[in-house]
Amino acid sequence: MSKHEKIEKNIGLLGVLVAIVISFSGIIEIVPLMSQASVVEPVEGLEPRNPLELAGQNIYVAEGCYGCHSQQIRPFVDETLRYGHYSLAGESVYDRPHQWGSKRTGPDLARVGGRYSDEWHEIHLIDPRAVVPTSNMPGYPWLADIPVDVEQTVASMKVLKKLGHPYSDEEIANAAASLTDKTQLDALVAYLQDLGTAMPKSYQ
Amino acid sequence: MSNFWHWTVITVVVLHLVAYLWLLFSTAKIKTEKQDDNTTGHVWDEDLTELDHPMPRWWLWLFVITIIFAGIYLYLYPGLGNYKGSKEWTSINRFEANYAAVSDARDKSFAGFINKPIDALIQDDQAMMIGQRIFANHCAQCHASDAQGNVGFPNLTDDDWNWGGEHSDIVTSITNGRMGVMPAFAPALGEDGTKQVAAYVRSMSGIEHDATLAAEGEAKFGMFCAACHGVDGKGQHLFGAPNLTDDIWLYGSDAIIETALYEGLSGNMPSQQGILDENRIKLVAAYVYSLSNK
Repeated sequence: MSKHEKIEKNIGLLGVLVAIVISFSGIIEIVPLMSQASVVEPVEGLEPRNPLELAGQNIYVAEGCYGCHSQQIRPFVDETLRYGHYSLAGESVYDRPHQWGSKRTGPDLARVGGRYSDEWHEIHLIDPRAVVPTSNMPGYPWLADIPVDVEQTVASMKVLKKLGHPYSDEEIANAAASLTDKTQLDALVAYLQDLGTAMPKSYQ
Repeated sequence: MSNFWHWTVITVVVLHLVAYLWLLFSTAKIKTEKQDDNTTGHVWDEDLTELDHPMPRWWLWLFVITIIFAGIYLYLYPGLGNYKGSKEWTSINRFEANYAAVSDARDKSFAGFINKPIDALIQDDQAMMIGQRIFANHCAQCHASDAQGNVGFPNLTDDDWNWGGEHSDIVTSITNGRMGVMPAFAPALGEDGTKQVAAYVRSMSGIEHDATLAAEGEAKFGMFCAACHGVDGKGQHLFGAPNLTDDIWLYGSDAIIETALYEGLSGNMPSQQGILDENRIKLVAAYVYSLSNK
């Protein structure tokens, strides 16, 4: 029996060897990045999201906004002219999970913060066609009726603190109070208005 | 990348390339027994055999070519740990070069008209086309692609301006943004007072109203509203207070008037500073100006 017949006839051994071969690319492409400052350190001025913004991020994920919107401006001229300064890895260190994505049915949102007024976002999220007649985005009217999940947001903060987000105990203790009477719509708008604001709005 | 990872990456990449070459040449040396019927001699499932054709030579050479390509690529471009490659290529360098080229071309095309006076600028078709494109990308989401606005977002084509309609006013509005705030008058007016003032406001622009209530509201308007909207109700650009005597209503003229009086109302135009440069703001402002001044 030749050596390679041994491998071909033993699926377990084949699996182990395939895993070893594939892990080589992972080890040299991914693992070194974990110790690279430009990837794991926050960009200057980046703050972890406040409780309302964090709640908004959880809603963004829950509603599947990433299905149509990316949050990653690539370093191409056309993208920076439309969306602003290209994204840096250090901007996403407080996003777990990050929302980079590659699917753009709607526009990229990496730097949407401050581009529109809160009122515009509220109208647009409830009924997109009220402000953009040609939009094919679905409306999310229920967001205005559902209060923010305070318990879940506080729990999120505690977990993120364990993962290294610099939340102080005081911030976590005050989180519940800052979420009183806030709807999911308020939270999502606060999150959108914070996106990309740690960096210059445009590349010039 | 730390020294450890630098050398690990180099070692793994180089060993891979060497291993491919070794695999290629060592397997080429294996001689198999030639069968009479030109098969490999393997039999599966009783009668399944495979023909023993040699691989096409050009295809075998592709293996060698890809390995040579990898060597050249790793010399020219970054790939081996911290080694930057002889061309020192990065995606950001490439982006910056491309951006500079586009920027130069833009400055050149702007140079011809950017310093024209506003009256000449709005007659310049190219300038207006550029302005329209900037408007479509940065303004249309709120003010609509035809610039006729929406409830809460002003119509820019009707020559009715809350913050002033000169080109310089529009440049200021775009650059710094505007924050229009009407305070809540519930404590001052109460429910009855609110109805009276609303009726008086409607009477100013000739909308159907209750004349008795309006008469009662006039004095209260003078006391609470005239400071911003003017005694005659014609508004003041300084505060972004709308003219209440024309029939143009940003939020409508129905019960929203009572709501605005009672609860207050605010509208915010975000600043475009840092998003658009000075020249582009000037051009898009000229385009907006042209919509009601051409």
